[in-house]
Amino acid sequence: MIYLTLFYEFFKIGLFSIGGGLGTLPFLYKLAEKRPDWLTIQTIADMIAVSESTPGPIGINMATYAGYQVAGIFGGIIATLGEVAPSIIIIVIIAKFLSEFDKNPLVKHAFYGLRAAVVGLITFALLKLLSVTLLTDGAINYLNAGLYLVFVALVLIFKKAHPLIWILSGALIGLIPGLPS
Amino acid sequence: MKKTSLWDLYFTFFKIGGLTFGGGYAMLPLLQEEVVNKRRWASEEELLDMYAIGQVTPGIIAVNTATMVGYRKRGILGGIIATLGEISPSILIITTLATILLRYKDAVYLQRAFVGIRIAVCAMVTVSIIKLMKKSLVDLPTVMLYLVVVASTLLFSLSPIIVVIVAILFGIVVQNIKHKKERT
Repeated sequence: MIYLTLFYEFFKIGLFSIGGGLGTLPFLYKLAEKRPDWLTIQTIADMIAVSESTPGPIGINMATYAGYQVAGIFGGIIATLGEVAPSIIIIVIIAKFLSEFDKNPLVKHAFYGLRAAVVGLITFALLKLLSVTLLTDGAINYLNAGLYLVFVALVLIFKKAHPLIWILSGALIGLIPGLPS
Repeated sequence: MKKTSLWDLYFTFFKIGGLTFGGGYAMLPLLQEEVVNKRRWASEEELLDMYAIGQVTPGIIAVNTATMVGYRKRGILGGIIATLGEISPSILIITTLATILLRYKDAVYLQRAFVGIRIAVCAMVTVSIIKLMKKSLVDLPTVMLYLVVVASTLLFSLSPIIVVIVAILFGIVVQNIKHKKERT
């Protein structure tokens, strides 16, 4: 039953991912490894592009997109509900029993380690994305690598720019004949 | 005081979900406007507390915050309704876009555009990581943990779930050692 499997996989993502939308990235990558018929690394990159340039929480957008890709409209809805279900359960429990949860020293200590590890996990996902974007047949594609560095510099300089600007510029550059391949 | 209606909860979070670009961190100003200023469902401090809890609990920050506001106003059902409101715009917009994109996925110009888009996406994720590093890698143990996580996930295809559990234990142990040292 595909819907049950989808719900289960995204329930796991909702339960273990921490720190916002990009935090779900390493889990999606793991899912792509486990079920290449569902997702590939390329589609994950496309999902980030669509999710960053549309309204709504990135994590939710990515879940909807991934679920849609696996099993159509209903798949998108099931994946998204799977991802939010653990949140609802956990938050209701916390709201009921632990009003000062975020000030609890144990939680603070756990997050000291957790934050560093989550950045590590996202870095791992980025390296995987870079390997499919900047390598052609195992060799560095210098044009793509150069464009990537230019984009990093621009995004760092124009901090306030809307993500949509970068996505659209990327699309335009892709359309220039002879440019990235 | 009049009881908050479930429809009101749904609609308010539908609006917040539909107008936030870029996820949890970008939604705070909108939350303040809708939840604190307009509807007075919570004070500024209460909202910031809920937002802080949303960040330190598993799952999507925006959803966690919506659940908490909804739960406070109308119990468990309120939490569920607020969350459904928050995610409805995403489902509508993404489903529409995905339908279009997947229908034309073999079109050459779309494929070319996405090659460029992927480069831009990599750059955006890189900059997000740089920002996160500044906040998260605060001392030697956290830098070490970061490097170990990157290396071990690359070398052995380690499950992120295991990494999360080990990192929680690491945080608790290292902080306890630090506190003991301070005391002696």
